[in-house]
Amino acid sequence: MYPSRFRYEAPRSLAEAITLLRDGGDYAKVLAGGQSLVPLMKLRFASPELIVDINNLPGLDYHRADPDGTLHIGALCRHADLEHSALLPGTQPTMAAAAPLIADPIVRNRGTLVGSLCHADPQGDWASVVLALGGSVVAAGPGGRRSIPLADFVTGPFQNVLEPDEIAVEAVIPAAKGVRSGGYLKLERRVGDFATVGVAVAVESSGENVTRAGIALTGVGGSTIGASAAADALVGRPLTAESIGQAADLAAQVARPRTDHRGSAEYKRHMVHTFVVRLLSRADETAERAA
Amino acid sequence: MTIVYEDRGDEAASEVPVRRIKFTINGQKKIAEVETRLLLSHLIRRGLGLTGTHMGCDTTNCGACTVLVDGRPVKSCTMLAVQADGHEISTVEGLATASELHPLQEGFKEEHGLQCGFCTPGMMMTAKALLDANPDPSEDDVRWALSGNLCRCTGYQNIVKSVLWAAGKLRSQSAG
Repeated sequence: MYPSRFRYEAPRSLAEAITLLRDGGDYAKVLAGGQSLVPLMKLRFASPELIVDINNLPGLDYHRADPDGTLHIGALCRHADLEHSALLPGTQPTMAAAAPLIADPIVRNRGTLVGSLCHADPQGDWASVVLALGGSVVAAGPGGRRSIPLADFVTGPFQNVLEPDEIAVEAVIPAAKGVRSGGYLKLERRVGDFATVGVAVAVESSGENVTRAGIALTGVGGSTIGASAAADALVGRPLTAESIGQAADLAAQVARPRTDHRGSAEYKRHMVHTFVVRLLSRADETAERAA
Repeated sequence: MTIVYEDRGDEAASEVPVRRIKFTINGQKKIAEVETRLLLSHLIRRGLGLTGTHMGCDTTNCGACTVLVDGRPVKSCTMLAVQADGHEISTVEGLATASELHPLQEGFKEEHGLQCGFCTPGMMMTAKALLDANPDPSEDDVRWALSGNLCRCTGYQNIVKSVLWAAGKLRSQSAG
């Protein structure tokens, strides 16, 4: 299979890339890891006239933490960089749990977290993780930079709020205000398949009490689902069997799964419940070691 | 090197987007003129005639087309040939020397790591990157590393044994 014909540019600076996008208009696409875009182009679901390959832009392959713990992930940081990161284990349990579950090991060598957020596939794992952590995307355009909370960034399946001449240059995960715990669980038929069900849980605690919680669901609706009522049920009190049960019930309620070749709607909803209980019940074990 | 493209009749030859790239494949420096939409897998198979890299699913699932780009396994059906500009590609043809098989190739022979052989080049290239990074992998390490490469014949048992055999051979070579 071949993509349609397109003009290809591989700029060496961000400013040049933005200029190319501005002149390319609506028919331009940014190519980073290409692990979703290239297959879409081969299937002719996407036929851009201009590809702006950002792989040669300098200084975008980082992931680093500020002194306060705020995490920055550059647009060319590959899934594999996060999987093998020395930084994430101990400080970012939800991200560390998700990284090895993205696609398959070969795809992880090229695909990027920021690209995955931009692609906005309802079955994308990172969107749930970043949503649960309250993260955002930083976009650079002709007028400068702006930060967009992930909850506002994705507007629908495969749609985001980026202007045609904007490039997502990094994702930002805010610093935890307490001790961070959580994880990501993914039910898949085999490695590399899309999630039948995925659940991201991110909890921050101070002393006994939960101070912030985020729960997000992958693959059980037309978009990534933020289970905010479920998360709110955890806040202001310790994690107990009762609060965990309540959160799991509420998360299962907001899932909108459909019966398909991966499983029945009932089964998927049940798995959401199971995963929320499982993740919250072992939150203690994942609490950041720095605390 | 020449690649012949389909003429759809709606463009003059000068309008077809083509770029000139420089890259290294199996240690040899090359220059190629490629249509921008050419996939790396097709540059390797059709442009360079290196048909050891197989095209399986063509949808980023099976891993048969895996090659190393700067030492990291990549599905060559999911990378544009123009993106190879300035990079180093390794394919299964680069494993053996004129007189000797690579320990991975020997391992697949010794442990019967292939039946139809279609997935084998991709398996070997992924395994090569694993062994370069981790000379003494556990069985779990091997299974994890190969989890993006599909095999429809073997049930994987003998592939895993083959890679572990190669790891042992490589370790004894470097110790000797």
